[in-house]
Amino acid sequence: MSPDIVDKIEELKSKYPSPRALVLPSLWMIQYEDGYISLDAIDEISELIDTPPMEIYRVATFYTMFNLEPVGRYHIQICKTLSCSLRGKSEVLKRVAEMLDIGVGETTSDGKYTLSQVECLGSCGTAPVMQINDIYHENLTPEKAEEIVDSLEKESI
Amino acid sequence: MRECRIVSKRFDTPNSHTLKVAKELGAYSAIDIAFGMTPVEIIEIIKESGLRGKGGGGAPAGAKWELMPQDQKRPSYLVVNCDESEPGTFKDRQIISKDPHLLIEGIIITCYAIRAKDAYIYVRGEYYQFQKILQDAIDEAYEAGILGSGVDITIHRGAGAYICGEKSALLESLEGKRGHPRLKPKQKEPEWYFGNPTLVNNVETIASVPYIIEHGASGYREFGTPKSPGTLLFAMSGHVERAGVYEAEFGTPMMEYIDHYGGGILGGKKLKAVIPGGASTAILTADEVKLATLDYEHMRSIGSALGTGGMIVMDEDTDMVEALKNLLEFYHHESCGQCTPCREGTGWSDTILDRVLSGRGSSKDIDKLLDLANIMDGKTICVFAPAVAIVIRSFIGKFRSEFEAKVAK
Repeated sequence: MSPDIVDKIEELKSKYPSPRALVLPSLWMIQYEDGYISLDAIDEISELIDTPPMEIYRVATFYTMFNLEPVGRYHIQICKTLSCSLRGKSEVLKRVAEMLDIGVGETTSDGKYTLSQVECLGSCGTAPVMQINDIYHENLTPEKAEEIVDSLEKESI
Repeated sequence: MRECRIVSKRFDTPNSHTLKVAKELGAYSAIDIAFGMTPVEIIEIIKESGLRGKGGGGAPAGAKWELMPQDQKRPSYLVVNCDESEPGTFKDRQIISKDPHLLIEGIIITCYAIRAKDAYIYVRGEYYQFQKILQDAIDEAYEAGILGSGVDITIHRGAGAYICGEKSALLESLEGKRGHPRLKPKQKEPEWYFGNPTLVNNVETIASVPYIIEHGASGYREFGTPKSPGTLLFAMSGHVERAGVYEAEFGTPMMEYIDHYGGGILGGKKLKAVIPGGASTAILTADEVKLATLDYEHMRSIGSALGTGGMIVMDEDTDMVEALKNLLEFYHHESCGQCTPCREGTGWSDTILDRVLSGRGSSKDIDKLLDLANIMDGKTICVFAPAVAIVIRSFIGKFRSEFEAKVAK
Protein backbone atom coordinates (compact mmCIF):
# COMPACT_ATOMS: atom_id res chain seq x y z
CA MET A 1 0.00 0.00 0.00
CA SER A 2 1.45 3.34 -1.01
CA PRO A 3 2.07 6.10 1.56
CA ASP A 4 -0.36 8.17 -0.47
CA ILE A 5 -3.24 5.84 0.40
CA VAL A 6 -2.20 5.74 4.04
CA ASP A 7 -2.33 9.56 4.13
CA LYS A 8 -5.69 9.64 2.40
CA ILE A 9 -7.19 7.14 4.83
CA GLU A 10 -5.91 9.18 7.79
CA GLU A 11 -7.36 12.32 6.25
CA LEU A 12 -10.77 10.70 5.68
CA LYS A 13 -11.04 9.66 9.33
CA SER A 14 -12.05 13.20 10.31
CA LYS A 15 -15.09 13.00 8.02
CA TYR A 16 -16.76 10.04 9.72
CA PRO A 17 -17.89 9.25 13.26
CA SER A 18 -15.92 5.98 13.25
CA PRO A 19 -12.92 4.67 11.26
CA ARG A 20 -14.99 1.57 10.54
CA ALA A 21 -16.83 3.68 7.95
CA LEU A 22 -13.65 3.67 5.87
CA VAL A 23 -13.91 0.03 4.78
CA LEU A 24 -15.44 0.84 1.37
CA PRO A 25 -13.29 3.92 0.64
CA SER A 26 -10.13 1.96 1.58
CA LEU A 27 -11.06 -1.01 -0.58
CA TRP A 28 -11.68 1.33 -3.51
CA MET A 29 -8.27 2.96 -3.12
CA ILE A 30 -6.57 -0.43 -3.00
CA GLN A 31 -8.42 -1.63 -6.07
CA TYR A 32 -7.38 1.44 -8.05
CA GLU A 33 -3.77 1.01 -7.01
CA ASP A 34 -3.40 -2.76 -7.38
CA GLY A 35 -6.20 -3.58 -9.83
CA TYR A 36 -7.72 -5.97 -7.32
CA ILE A 37 -7.97 -6.59 -3.59
CA SER A 38 -5.52 -9.05 -2.09
CA LEU A 39 -5.65 -10.61 1.37
CA ASP A 40 -2.41 -8.82 2.21
CA ALA A 41 -3.99 -5.48 1.38
CA ILE A 42 -6.95 -6.35 3.60
CA ASP A 43 -4.55 -6.98 6.49
CA GLU A 44 -2.97 -3.58 5.94
CA ILE A 45 -6.33 -1.81 5.84
CA SER A 46 -7.32 -3.65 8.99
CA GLU A 47 -4.55 -2.05 10.99
CA LEU A 48 -5.18 1.42 9.60
CA ILE A 49 -8.88 1.52 10.38
CA ASP A 50 -8.90 -0.69 13.44
CA THR A 51 -11.30 -3.26 11.99
CA PRO A 52 -10.69 -7.04 12.00
CA PRO A 53 -9.50 -8.42 8.61
CA MET A 54 -12.33 -10.94 8.55
CA GLU A 55 -14.86 -8.10 8.78
CA ILE A 56 -13.23 -6.37 5.83
CA TYR A 57 -13.14 -9.61 3.86
CA ARG A 58 -16.85 -10.12 4.56
CA VAL A 59 -17.47 -6.70 3.03
CA ALA A 60 -15.13 -7.18 0.08
CA THR A 61 -16.90 -10.40 -0.91
CA PHE A 62 -20.37 -8.84 -0.64
CA TYR A 63 -20.04 -6.05 -3.19
CA THR A 64 -19.85 -7.10 -6.84
CA MET A 65 -17.59 -4.25 -7.94
CA PHE A 66 -14.71 -5.39 -5.78
CA ASN A 67 -12.39 -7.75 -7.61
CA LEU A 68 -10.71 -10.33 -5.43
CA GLU A 69 -8.80 -11.61 -8.45
CA PRO A 70 -6.96 -9.54 -11.05
CA VAL A 71 -9.05 -8.54 -14.07
CA GLY A 72 -8.05 -7.36 -17.53
CA ARG A 73 -6.76 -3.85 -18.09
CA TYR A 74 -10.12 -3.10 -19.69
CA HIS A 75 -13.02 -4.54 -17.77
CA ILE A 76 -15.96 -4.60 -20.16
CA GLN A 77 -19.24 -4.95 -18.31
CA ILE A 78 -22.39 -5.30 -20.35
CA CYS A 79 -25.71 -4.59 -18.67
CA LYS A 80 -28.12 -7.52 -18.94
CA THR A 81 -31.21 -6.27 -17.10
CA LEU A 82 -34.63 -5.78 -18.67
CA SER A 83 -34.42 -2.42 -20.48
CA CYS A 84 -31.04 -3.26 -22.02
CA SER A 85 -32.29 -6.73 -22.84
CA LEU A 86 -35.38 -5.31 -24.62
CA ARG A 87 -33.17 -3.01 -26.67
CA GLY A 88 -30.67 -5.53 -28.02
CA LYS A 89 -28.15 -6.33 -25.31
CA SER A 90 -27.70 -9.90 -26.56
CA GLU A 91 -26.45 -8.81 -30.01
CA VAL A 92 -23.99 -6.40 -28.42
CA LEU A 93 -22.69 -9.07 -26.08
CA LYS A 94 -22.38 -11.57 -28.92
CA ARG A 95 -20.37 -9.15 -31.05
CA VAL A 96 -17.98 -8.18 -28.25
CA ALA A 97 -17.48 -11.80 -27.18
CA GLU A 98 -16.69 -12.79 -30.78
CA MET A 99 -14.24 -9.93 -31.19
CA LEU A 100 -12.35 -10.80 -28.04
CA ASP A 101 -12.84 -14.54 -28.52
CA ILE A 102 -13.75 -15.03 -24.86
CA GLY A 103 -16.91 -15.88 -22.96
CA VAL A 104 -18.61 -14.04 -20.14
CA GLY A 105 -16.48 -14.07 -17.00
CA GLU A 106 -13.28 -14.69 -18.95
CA THR A 107 -10.12 -12.67 -19.53
CA THR A 108 -8.13 -12.65 -22.76
CA SER A 109 -4.84 -14.53 -22.57
CA ASP A 110 -2.85 -11.29 -22.85
CA GLY A 111 -4.64 -9.95 -19.78
CA LYS A 112 -6.01 -6.99 -21.68
CA TYR A 113 -9.76 -7.58 -21.53
CA THR A 114 -12.21 -9.11 -19.10
CA LEU A 115 -15.81 -9.54 -20.23
CA SER A 116 -18.64 -9.51 -17.71
CA GLN A 117 -22.39 -9.26 -17.71
CA VAL A 118 -23.78 -7.11 -14.92
CA GLU A 119 -27.16 -6.21 -13.49
CA CYS A 120 -28.85 -2.84 -14.08
CA LEU A 121 -26.39 0.01 -14.54
CA GLY A 122 -29.08 2.68 -14.20
CA SER A 123 -28.77 3.72 -17.80
CA CYS A 124 -32.06 2.29 -19.04
CA GLY A 125 -33.01 5.32 -21.14
CA THR A 126 -29.89 4.93 -23.25
CA ALA A 127 -29.96 1.13 -23.48
CA PRO A 128 -28.14 -1.00 -24.27
CA VAL A 129 -25.15 0.12 -22.26
CA MET A 130 -21.73 -1.20 -21.34
CA GLN A 131 -19.29 0.05 -18.77
CA ILE A 132 -15.58 -0.08 -19.56
CA ASN A 133 -13.61 0.60 -16.40
CA ASP A 134 -15.28 3.76 -15.05
CA ILE A 135 -16.97 4.97 -18.21
CA TYR A 136 -20.43 4.22 -19.62
CA HIS A 137 -20.93 3.71 -23.34
CA GLU A 138 -24.59 4.20 -24.12
CA ASN A 139 -27.10 3.73 -26.95
CA LEU A 140 -25.05 0.82 -28.28
CA THR A 141 -25.46 -1.19 -31.43
CA PRO A 142 -23.20 -4.15 -32.22
CA GLU A 143 -21.37 -1.87 -34.70
CA LYS A 144 -20.88 0.90 -32.18
CA ALA A 145 -19.65 -1.56 -29.56
CA GLU A 146 -17.20 -2.97 -32.09
CA GLU A 147 -15.84 0.51 -32.82
CA ILE A 148 -15.37 1.21 -29.13
CA VAL A 149 -13.50 -2.04 -28.50
CA ASP A 150 -11.44 -1.38 -31.64
CA SER A 151 -10.47 2.02 -30.32
CA LEU A 152 -9.25 0.42 -27.09
CA GLU A 153 -7.12 -1.91 -29.14
CA LYS A 154 -5.49 1.06 -30.89
CA GLU A 155 -5.14 3.01 -27.67
CA SER A 156 -3.24 0.20 -25.99
CA ILE A 157 -0.63 -0.36 -28.70
CA MET B 1 -49.92 18.63 -20.96
CA ARG B 2 -48.51 21.23 -18.57
CA GLU B 3 -44.73 21.79 -18.54
CA CYS B 4 -43.40 21.40 -14.99
CA ARG B 5 -39.83 22.25 -14.17
CA ILE B 6 -39.12 22.05 -10.46
CA VAL B 7 -35.98 19.94 -10.30
CA SER B 8 -35.20 19.86 -14.01
CA LYS B 9 -35.39 23.64 -14.58
CA ARG B 10 -31.68 24.01 -15.38
CA PHE B 11 -31.13 20.64 -17.06
CA ASP B 12 -31.16 22.00 -20.61
CA THR B 13 -28.75 24.89 -20.06
CA PRO B 14 -25.18 24.16 -21.16
CA ASN B 15 -22.73 23.89 -18.23
CA SER B 16 -25.56 23.97 -15.70
CA HIS B 17 -23.39 21.79 -13.47
CA THR B 18 -20.96 24.66 -12.85
CA LEU B 19 -21.42 27.09 -10.00
CA LYS B 20 -21.25 30.13 -12.28
CA VAL B 21 -24.06 29.06 -14.59
CA ALA B 22 -26.17 27.57 -11.81
CA LYS B 23 -25.89 30.79 -9.78
CA GLU B 24 -26.80 32.94 -12.77
CA LEU B 25 -29.91 30.82 -13.04
CA GLY B 26 -30.87 31.29 -9.42
CA ALA B 27 -29.08 28.53 -7.52
CA TYR B 28 -28.62 29.10 -3.79
CA SER B 29 -31.23 31.84 -3.62
CA ALA B 30 -33.41 29.69 -1.35
CA ILE B 31 -30.71 29.47 1.31
CA ASP B 32 -31.12 33.02 2.59
CA ILE B 33 -34.88 32.60 2.72
CA ALA B 34 -34.42 29.39 4.71
CA PHE B 35 -31.96 30.96 7.13
CA GLY B 36 -34.56 33.63 7.86
CA MET B 37 -36.82 30.93 9.30
CA THR B 38 -36.40 28.65 12.27
CA PRO B 39 -35.65 24.97 11.63
CA VAL B 40 -39.09 24.03 12.94
CA GLU B 41 -40.74 26.50 10.57
CA ILE B 42 -38.98 24.87 7.63
CA ILE B 43 -40.17 21.43 8.70
CA GLU B 44 -43.72 22.82 8.92
CA ILE B 45 -43.50 24.11 5.33
CA ILE B 46 -42.20 20.79 4.09
CA LYS B 47 -45.08 19.06 5.88
CA GLU B 48 -47.63 21.46 4.43
CA SER B 49 -46.19 21.04 0.94
CA GLY B 50 -46.99 17.34 1.07
CA LEU B 51 -43.54 16.51 -0.33
CA ARG B 52 -43.21 12.74 -0.59
CA GLY B 53 -40.06 10.66 -0.74
CA LYS B 54 -39.07 10.24 -4.38
CA GLY B 55 -36.92 7.15 -4.06
CA GLY B 56 -39.82 4.77 -4.52
CA GLY B 57 -41.64 4.57 -1.20
CA GLY B 58 -43.48 7.87 -1.39
CA ALA B 59 -43.58 8.37 2.39
CA PRO B 60 -44.27 11.97 3.50
CA ALA B 61 -40.91 13.71 3.88
CA GLY B 62 -41.98 16.21 6.53
CA ALA B 63 -43.08 13.48 8.94
CA LYS B 64 -39.64 11.91 8.61
CA TRP B 65 -37.86 15.22 9.21
CA GLU B 66 -39.99 15.79 12.30
CA LEU B 67 -38.62 12.62 13.88
CA MET B 68 -35.17 14.18 14.03
CA PRO B 69 -34.41 15.57 17.51
CA GLN B 70 -33.89 19.33 17.70
CA ASP B 71 -32.07 19.16 21.06
CA GLN B 72 -28.63 18.31 19.64
CA LYS B 73 -27.72 15.96 22.49
CA ARG B 74 -26.00 13.82 19.88
CA PRO B 75 -24.83 14.80 16.41
CA SER B 76 -27.49 14.45 13.71
CA TYR B 77 -26.74 13.36 10.16
CA LEU B 78 -28.30 13.71 6.76
CA VAL B 79 -27.72 10.86 4.32
CA VAL B 80 -28.71 11.37 0.70
CA ASN B 81 -29.59 8.20 -1.14
CA CYS B 82 -28.09 8.16 -4.65
CA ASP B 83 -27.79 4.40 -4.87
CA GLU B 84 -30.31 4.40 -7.74
CA SER B 85 -30.33 0.74 -8.75
CA GLU B 86 -33.97 -0.11 -9.36
CA PRO B 87 -34.19 -1.39 -12.95
CA GLY B 88 -35.89 1.26 -15.11
CA THR B 89 -34.75 4.11 -12.86
CA PHE B 90 -32.13 6.61 -13.98
CA LYS B 91 -33.34 9.98 -12.73
CA ASP B 92 -31.03 10.87 -9.84
CA ARG B 93 -28.01 10.68 -12.13
CA GLN B 94 -29.59 13.52 -14.14
CA ILE B 95 -29.64 15.71 -11.04
CA ILE B 96 -26.09 14.99 -9.90
CA SER B 97 -24.66 15.45 -13.37
CA LYS B 98 -26.84 18.29 -14.71
CA ASP B 99 -27.67 20.31 -11.62
CA PRO B 100 -25.54 19.20 -8.67
CA HIS B 101 -25.79 22.65 -7.08
CA LEU B 102 -29.54 22.18 -6.68
CA LEU B 103 -28.83 19.10 -4.60
CA ILE B 104 -26.17 20.91 -2.55
CA GLU B 105 -28.60 23.77 -1.94
CA GLY B 106 -31.25 21.29 -0.80
CA ILE B 107 -28.75 19.60 1.49
CA ILE B 108 -27.77 22.88 3.16
CA ILE B 109 -31.41 23.75 3.85
CA THR B 110 -32.26 20.25 5.06
CA CYS B 111 -29.24 20.12 7.36
CA TYR B 112 -30.29 23.46 8.84
CA ALA B 113 -33.81 22.16 9.44
CA ILE B 114 -32.71 18.96 11.17
CA ARG B 115 -29.68 20.58 12.83
CA ALA B 116 -27.14 18.35 11.10
CA LYS B 117 -23.60 19.45 10.34
CA ASP B 118 -22.56 16.52 8.22
CA ALA B 119 -24.23 15.13 5.15
CA TYR B 120 -23.22 12.04 3.21
CA ILE B 121 -24.24 11.35 -0.35
CA TYR B 122 -24.17 7.61 -1.00
CA VAL B 123 -23.61 7.22 -4.74
CA ARG B 124 -23.79 3.83 -6.43
CA GLY B 125 -20.31 2.66 -7.42
CA GLU B 126 -21.07 2.44 -11.12
CA TYR B 127 -21.96 6.15 -11.27
CA TYR B 128 -18.33 7.21 -10.81
CA GLN B 129 -18.34 9.45 -13.86
CA PHE B 130 -21.38 11.32 -12.50
CA GLN B 131 -19.98 11.27 -8.98
CA LYS B 132 -16.96 13.20 -10.28
CA ILE B 133 -19.22 15.98 -11.59
CA LEU B 134 -20.95 16.12 -8.23
CA GLN B 135 -17.60 16.20 -6.41
CA ASP B 136 -16.40 19.07 -8.61
CA ALA B 137 -19.56 20.98 -7.74
CA ILE B 138 -19.01 20.32 -4.03
CA ASP B 139 -15.41 21.51 -4.35
CA GLU B 140 -16.62 24.69 -6.08
CA ALA B 141 -19.15 25.27 -3.31
CA TYR B 142 -16.42 24.90 -0.69
CA GLU B 143 -14.19 27.38 -2.53
CA ALA B 144 -17.03 29.86 -2.75
CA GLY B 145 -17.65 29.52 0.98
CA ILE B 146 -21.10 28.06 0.44
CA LEU B 147 -20.03 24.87 2.18
CA GLY B 148 -17.65 24.47 5.08
CA SER B 149 -18.92 27.07 7.52
CA GLY B 150 -22.04 25.21 8.60
CA VAL B 151 -22.40 22.04 6.57
CA ASP B 152 -19.90 19.50 5.31
CA ILE B 153 -20.73 17.11 2.50
CA THR B 154 -18.91 13.84 1.92
CA ILE B 155 -19.57 11.56 -1.02
CA HIS B 156 -19.47 7.89 -0.13
CA ARG B 157 -19.10 5.51 -3.05
CA GLY B 158 -21.02 2.25 -3.06
CA ALA B 159 -19.64 -0.84 -4.75
CA GLY B 160 -22.40 -2.64 -6.60
CA ALA B 161 -25.23 -3.83 -4.40
CA TYR B 162 -28.86 -3.13 -5.29
CA ILE B 163 -29.98 -3.67 -1.71
CA CYS B 164 -28.00 -0.64 -0.51
CA GLY B 165 -30.78 1.50 -1.96
CA GLU B 166 -32.86 0.28 1.01
CA LYS B 167 -32.19 2.96 3.60
CA SER B 168 -31.14 0.76 6.51
CA ALA B 169 -28.91 -1.38 4.28
CA LEU B 170 -27.42 1.85 2.98
CA LEU B 171 -26.59 2.92 6.53
CA GLU B 172 -25.00 -0.45 7.24
CA SER B 173 -22.91 0.03 4.12
CA LEU B 174 -22.03 3.55 5.20
CA GLU B 175 -20.85 2.06 8.48
CA GLY B 176 -18.46 -0.16 6.56
CA LYS B 177 -20.49 -3.34 6.62
CA ARG B 178 -22.36 -5.62 4.25
CA GLY B 179 -25.56 -4.04 3.01
CA HIS B 180 -27.95 -6.05 5.15
CA PRO B 181 -31.26 -4.30 5.93
CA ARG B 182 -32.03 -3.76 9.59
CA LEU B 183 -35.13 -4.86 11.48
CA LYS B 184 -37.77 -2.15 11.51
CA PRO B 185 -38.47 -0.52 14.88
CA LYS B 186 -41.92 -0.86 16.47
CA GLN B 187 -42.49 2.86 16.88
CA LYS B 188 -41.63 5.80 14.65
CA GLU B 189 -38.07 6.94 15.13
CA PRO B 190 -35.22 8.33 13.02
CA GLU B 191 -32.69 6.10 11.32
CA TRP B 192 -29.42 5.60 13.15
CA TYR B 193 -25.88 6.08 11.90
CA PHE B 194 -23.35 4.76 14.40
CA GLY B 195 -26.07 5.26 16.99
CA ASN B 196 -26.77 8.87 16.00
CA PRO B 197 -30.11 10.14 14.70
CA THR B 198 -30.09 10.27 10.93
CA LEU B 199 -32.40 11.29 8.14
CA VAL B 200 -32.18 9.36 4.88
CA ASN B 201 -33.77 10.93 1.79
CA ASN B 202 -33.52 10.34 -1.93
CA VAL B 203 -31.61 12.82 -4.15
CA GLU B 204 -34.71 14.12 -5.88
CA THR B 205 -36.55 14.64 -2.58
CA ILE B 206 -33.75 16.88 -1.29
CA ALA B 207 -33.48 18.60 -4.69
CA SER B 208 -37.16 19.56 -4.42
CA VAL B 209 -36.62 21.44 -1.15
CA PRO B 210 -35.24 24.74 -2.57
CA TYR B 211 -38.33 25.20 -4.77
CA ILE B 212 -40.65 24.65 -1.82
CA ILE B 213 -38.75 27.17 0.29
CA GLU B 214 -38.85 29.75 -2.49
CA HIS B 215 -42.45 29.25 -3.57
CA GLY B 216 -44.01 28.06 -0.35
CA ALA B 217 -46.06 24.96 0.30
CA SER B 218 -48.92 26.30 -1.80
CA GLY B 219 -46.57 26.96 -4.73
CA TYR B 220 -45.57 23.30 -4.69
CA ARG B 221 -49.17 22.18 -4.36
CA GLU B 222 -50.07 23.98 -7.57
CA PHE B 223 -48.76 20.88 -9.25
CA GLY B 224 -49.95 17.31 -8.84
CA THR B 225 -52.95 15.99 -6.95
CA PRO B 226 -54.06 16.83 -3.38
CA LYS B 227 -52.56 13.61 -2.02
CA SER B 228 -49.58 13.42 -4.38
CA PRO B 229 -48.53 17.05 -4.71
CA GLY B 230 -45.74 18.29 -6.94
CA THR B 231 -43.79 16.58 -9.65
CA LEU B 232 -41.56 13.60 -10.25
CA LEU B 233 -38.74 12.95 -12.69
CA PHE B 234 -40.65 10.20 -14.41
CA ALA B 235 -38.70 8.08 -16.86
CA MET B 236 -39.30 5.73 -19.74
CA SER B 237 -37.19 2.94 -21.16
CA GLY B 238 -37.68 -0.14 -23.28
CA HIS B 239 -39.85 -0.01 -26.37
CA VAL B 240 -40.48 3.73 -26.74
CA GLU B 241 -39.27 6.07 -29.45
CA ARG B 242 -37.66 8.62 -27.11
CA ALA B 243 -36.61 6.97 -23.89
CA GLY B 244 -35.44 9.32 -21.17
CA VAL B 245 -36.26 11.32 -18.07
CA TYR B 246 -38.98 13.98 -18.25
CA GLU B 247 -40.38 15.80 -15.25
CA ALA B 248 -44.16 15.75 -14.98
CA GLU B 249 -46.73 16.44 -12.32
CA PHE B 250 -48.38 13.67 -10.37
CA GLY B 251 -51.73 12.69 -11.77
CA THR B 252 -50.63 12.84 -15.41
CA PRO B 253 -52.27 10.09 -17.48
CA MET B 254 -49.66 7.43 -18.17
CA MET B 255 -50.47 6.98 -21.84
CA GLU B 256 -50.42 10.73 -22.44
CA TYR B 257 -46.97 10.85 -20.86
CA ILE B 258 -45.67 7.98 -22.98
CA ASP B 259 -47.07 9.50 -26.18
CA HIS B 260 -46.14 13.12 -25.46
CA TYR B 261 -42.58 12.69 -24.18
CA GLY B 262 -41.78 9.21 -25.39
CA GLY B 263 -43.14 9.66 -28.90
CA GLY B 264 -45.18 6.48 -28.63
CA ILE B 265 -44.21 2.84 -28.95
CA LEU B 266 -41.01 2.03 -30.81
CA GLY B 267 -41.46 1.36 -34.50
CA GLY B 268 -45.21 2.06 -34.34
CA LYS B 269 -45.90 -1.30 -32.74
CA LYS B 270 -48.68 -2.02 -30.29
CA LEU B 271 -48.22 -1.68 -26.56
CA LYS B 272 -48.34 -4.90 -24.57
CA ALA B 273 -47.43 -3.94 -21.03
CA VAL B 274 -45.68 -1.43 -18.78
CA ILE B 275 -43.88 -2.01 -15.52
CA PRO B 276 -44.79 1.34 -14.02
CA GLY B 277 -42.33 2.29 -11.31
CA GLY B 278 -39.10 0.38 -11.47
CA ALA B 279 -38.94 -3.42 -11.80
CA SER B 280 -40.42 -4.09 -8.37
CA THR B 281 -43.95 -2.87 -9.11
CA ALA B 282 -46.80 -4.98 -10.52
CA ILE B 283 -46.85 -5.04 -14.31
CA LEU B 284 -49.80 -3.38 -16.09
CA THR B 285 -51.47 -4.64 -19.25
CA ALA B 286 -52.05 -2.26 -22.17
CA ASP B 287 -55.70 -1.90 -21.15
CA GLU B 288 -54.71 -0.94 -17.62
CA VAL B 289 -52.11 1.52 -18.89
CA LYS B 290 -54.76 3.35 -20.91
CA LEU B 291 -56.68 4.12 -17.71
CA ALA B 292 -53.71 4.69 -15.40
CA THR B 293 -52.69 8.04 -13.97
CA LEU B 294 -49.27 8.69 -12.48
CA ASP B 295 -49.92 9.22 -8.79
CA TYR B 296 -49.46 7.09 -5.70
CA GLU B 297 -53.15 6.68 -4.88
CA HIS B 298 -54.32 5.71 -8.34
CA MET B 299 -51.48 3.26 -8.91
CA ARG B 300 -52.23 1.60 -5.58
CA SER B 301 -55.94 1.42 -6.39
CA ILE B 302 -55.19 -0.65 -9.49
CA GLY B 303 -53.02 -3.06 -7.53
CA SER B 304 -49.64 -1.70 -8.53
CA ALA B 305 -47.45 1.12 -7.23
CA LEU B 306 -45.95 4.33 -8.51
CA GLY B 307 -42.53 3.34 -7.15
CA THR B 308 -39.70 5.35 -8.66
CA GLY B 309 -41.77 6.40 -11.69
CA GLY B 310 -39.34 4.59 -13.99
CA MET B 311 -41.58 2.94 -16.59
CA ILE B 312 -40.36 -0.05 -18.58
CA VAL B 313 -42.43 -0.21 -21.75
CA MET B 314 -42.92 -3.47 -23.65
CA ASP B 315 -44.33 -3.90 -27.15
CA GLU B 316 -46.56 -6.62 -28.55
CA ASP B 317 -43.64 -8.90 -29.46
CA THR B 318 -42.22 -9.09 -25.95
CA ASP B 319 -42.03 -12.60 -24.51
CA MET B 320 -43.38 -12.22 -20.98
CA VAL B 321 -41.80 -15.46 -19.75
CA GLU B 322 -38.39 -14.23 -20.92
CA ALA B 323 -39.04 -10.84 -19.34
CA LEU B 324 -39.90 -12.41 -15.97
CA LYS B 325 -36.83 -14.65 -16.24
CA ASN B 326 -34.69 -11.57 -16.78
CA LEU B 327 -36.06 -9.97 -13.62
CA LEU B 328 -35.76 -13.14 -11.55
CA GLU B 329 -32.09 -13.37 -12.52
CA PHE B 330 -31.73 -9.81 -11.29
CA TYR B 331 -33.40 -10.56 -7.95
CA HIS B 332 -31.50 -13.82 -7.57
CA HIS B 333 -28.22 -11.97 -8.04
CA GLU B 334 -29.14 -9.05 -5.84
CA SER B 335 -30.75 -10.78 -2.84
CA CYS B 336 -28.48 -9.87 0.07
CA GLY B 337 -28.79 -13.39 1.45
CA GLN B 338 -29.71 -12.41 4.97
CA CYS B 339 -33.20 -14.01 5.07
CA THR B 340 -33.72 -17.59 3.96
CA PRO B 341 -37.06 -17.15 2.13
CA CYS B 342 -35.50 -14.47 -0.07
CA ARG B 343 -32.10 -16.04 -0.60
CA GLU B 344 -33.55 -19.44 -1.48
CA GLY B 345 -36.80 -18.24 -3.02
CA THR B 346 -35.21 -15.96 -5.60
CA GLY B 347 -32.76 -18.67 -6.66
CA TRP B 348 -35.37 -21.39 -6.75
CA SER B 349 -37.85 -19.37 -8.81
CA ASP B 350 -35.06 -18.42 -11.23
CA THR B 351 -34.17 -22.13 -11.60
CA ILE B 352 -37.79 -23.10 -12.23
CA LEU B 353 -38.21 -20.54 -14.96
CA ASP B 354 -34.93 -21.65 -16.48
CA ARG B 355 -36.38 -25.14 -16.71
CA VAL B 356 -39.59 -23.82 -18.26
CA LEU B 357 -37.69 -21.85 -20.89
CA SER B 358 -35.49 -24.80 -21.79
CA GLY B 359 -38.63 -26.80 -22.63
CA ARG B 360 -38.51 -29.12 -19.65
CA GLY B 361 -41.20 -27.43 -17.62
CA SER B 362 -44.62 -28.71 -16.58
CA SER B 363 -47.83 -26.99 -15.56
CA LYS B 364 -46.90 -27.70 -11.94
CA ASP B 365 -44.03 -25.25 -12.35
CA ILE B 366 -46.39 -22.30 -12.75
CA ASP B 367 -48.16 -23.19 -9.51
CA LYS B 368 -44.82 -23.76 -7.83
CA LEU B 369 -43.75 -20.23 -8.77
CA LEU B 370 -46.93 -18.85 -7.22
CA ASP B 371 -46.30 -20.99 -4.11
CA LEU B 372 -42.82 -19.53 -3.86
CA ALA B 373 -44.26 -16.04 -4.14
CA ASN B 374 -46.37 -16.79 -1.06
CA ILE B 375 -43.37 -18.20 0.77
CA MET B 376 -41.34 -15.05 0.05
CA ASP B 377 -44.10 -12.58 0.92
CA GLY B 378 -44.13 -11.03 4.37
CA LYS B 379 -41.56 -13.30 5.94
CA THR B 380 -38.39 -11.29 5.58
CA ILE B 381 -36.67 -8.28 7.15
CA CYS B 382 -37.07 -5.93 4.18
CA VAL B 383 -39.46 -5.54 1.25
CA PHE B 384 -37.15 -7.08 -1.34
CA ALA B 385 -38.76 -10.55 -1.24
CA PRO B 386 -42.35 -9.21 -1.09
CA ALA B 387 -41.52 -7.18 -4.20
CA VAL B 388 -40.35 -10.33 -5.98
CA ALA B 389 -43.64 -11.95 -4.96
CA ILE B 390 -45.56 -9.04 -6.50
CA VAL B 391 -43.58 -9.33 -9.73
CA ILE B 392 -44.14 -13.09 -10.04
CA ARG B 393 -47.85 -12.86 -9.23
CA SER B 394 -48.50 -9.98 -11.60
CA PHE B 395 -46.66 -11.53 -14.55
CA ILE B 396 -48.34 -14.92 -14.14
CA GLY B 397 -51.70 -13.42 -13.18
CA LYS B 398 -51.88 -11.19 -16.24
CA PHE B 399 -50.06 -13.27 -18.83
CA ARG B 400 -50.74 -16.83 -17.64
CA SER B 401 -51.50 -18.12 -21.13
CA GLU B 402 -47.94 -17.32 -22.23
CA PHE B 403 -46.55 -19.34 -19.33
CA GLU B 404 -48.94 -22.20 -20.07
CA ALA B 405 -47.94 -22.21 -23.72
CA LYS B 406 -44.31 -22.68 -22.71
CA VAL B 407 -45.03 -25.72 -20.54
CA ALA B 408 -47.53 -27.33 -22.92
CA LYS B 409 -44.91 -28.14 -25.52
